[in-house]
Amino acid sequence: MENIGSFIDMIFVTAKAWILALLGQFLPVWIVVLASIVISGVAILCLGPVIMMYLTLLERKVIGRIQNRYGPNRVGIWGLLQPIADGIKMFTKEDIVPANADKLIHLLAPIMTVVPALMIFVVVPFGRQMTAADLNIGFLYFIAVSSITILPIFMASWSSRNKYSLLGGMRTAAQLISYEVPMTLAAVPAIMMSQSLSTNTIVLTQAGSFGLNWFIFTPWGIVGFIVFFLCATAECNRPPFDLPEAESELVAGFHTEYSGMKFALFYMAEYMNAFTLCGIAATLFLGGWQGPFLPSWVWFFGKTLALICIMIWFRGTFPRFRVDHLMAFAWKFLLPLTLVNILLTALWQFTSASAAWLFSIMILAAMLYMLVKLNRVFVPEKRNYVLAD
Amino acid sequence: MIFGAGVFKGMMVTLKNFLTSYYRDRDNGGIFTVQYPEEREKLAENYRNLPFLVYDGAPDQIRCVACGICERECPPKCIHIEMATDAAGKPARKPAVFDIDYSLCMNCGICEEVCPFDSIYMDHTFEITSQAGPRSLIRGKEALARSNDYFRKIRPAMAAAVDQKRKTAEDKKKAAATPPPPQEIK
Repeated sequence: MENIGSFIDMIFVTAKAWILALLGQFLPVWIVVLASIVISGVAILCLGPVIMMYLTLLERKVIGRIQNRYGPNRVGIWGLLQPIADGIKMFTKEDIVPANADKLIHLLAPIMTVVPALMIFVVVPFGRQMTAADLNIGFLYFIAVSSITILPIFMASWSSRNKYSLLGGMRTAAQLISYEVPMTLAAVPAIMMSQSLSTNTIVLTQAGSFGLNWFIFTPWGIVGFIVFFLCATAECNRPPFDLPEAESELVAGFHTEYSGMKFALFYMAEYMNAFTLCGIAATLFLGGWQGPFLPSWVWFFGKTLALICIMIWFRGTFPRFRVDHLMAFAWKFLLPLTLVNILLTALWQFTSASAAWLFSIMILAAMLYMLVKLNRVFVPEKRNYVLAD
Repeated sequence: MIFGAGVFKGMMVTLKNFLTSYYRDRDNGGIFTVQYPEEREKLAENYRNLPFLVYDGAPDQIRCVACGICERECPPKCIHIEMATDAAGKPARKPAVFDIDYSLCMNCGICEEVCPFDSIYMDHTFEITSQAGPRSLIRGKEALARSNDYFRKIRPAMAAAVDQKRKTAEDKKKAAATPPPPQEIK
């Protein structure tokens, strides 16, 4: 029983090691090293698009159920072949480039959006020993690479020569830069407690007994998680933070002038970003692949999918933010909250357990009360113009 | 009131919708979709679509007498009637040609209302699409003929009323034809 459990847990790692051992029989060492990289790379390159395809289906199904409809159910059983049909449709569409567009940048932008989205997969710990590259600066790498996504989006909006595109691009730049600040700061407590930037080490510190010592079970963890998750939702342009592609205001925002496979690439990047951001959120606060009984990769994918379902739930529920509300939420609410949260984490570390709970909850309550009071909308008193009548 | 309570309230509403869509029926918060080709909504009895001609008995015995009232009243002029002639060249009380252009018909039902011979009624069929172009939607007399049983099936209340009316009219006619029994003179 124990053996079967650990075998299923390590099945992918064992498979890779077996292939490499087989190659090592009759090939020089440097080719084996190269093969190791290629195997991980190919696994990620296949995983990314497949995840994207089935996330679109999941999203359409769940949103449909929320709106009391079935969602796609015609192609294949339960509509399981729908993503493939969509893919064929996208490939056969005409590729339209605006006459006055900057042709080279217009072509480069969708390609460049997909690259960072795929690069983030490298540091996501999918399971025990299943990080493609266990960088010791894993989280820093994630922040750096995910911030590149602004650039191709802005390239797309600028090169399209379309006012809607440009407005969408401007909004994207403003929104993504704003939300990156609280997102990074929200993750700082997790890094402080695990004393490492490596995503694998962050997961390992959350082991405890039964693998249930997750950071979310502490006051700073839950605050950090909520802030990080909200920022992650904003980072991948998902509702209610979908101002860059607000269809009712901007046609489609930055990808207005894109069609066919280029458009599909933007979508692919968006969904892969959603997946990796949820994966990183699960890694930082929900214990990554830690968990009792089930294989580690099942835990990881379960947690990530649960977070994605919450994102879809958000989309089915909330209307879009107004631009000034969006900015105010990031700078005036989330940012101070994360700063206090970092302080709280330090207190938690250096005080005894019960006192720590008391302190944390008091400080958090006071902070929330203060932030709500400070963020209150100022409504001027109604004035009577005596001389007007 | 806790700050942000409205957010959770909204999320609970959508969660409830999501969950009830799996086990409730459509009138109690379940799924609204009718999976059209496999499932169909029951049409209301007074649903009206393209017209058809009613016959009693054999399909060539349509009730229509080619009076041409519907042809004149039809707003988009989609009905075309030519009266048949008998061997002597005298007009017979039935149509030689009765064409309705379904591509032109606007489903108003005026023909049904003006017909004094209860012969033209609106049908319940709507799946008449064809790839052969609008010409293929011109229906002749034979294609338009439907039995009275069919009429009773799709619109039972209306058909019963019409049958009743025709029966009384016939009875009256019979009564008029046979001389009344001599009354006793006191």
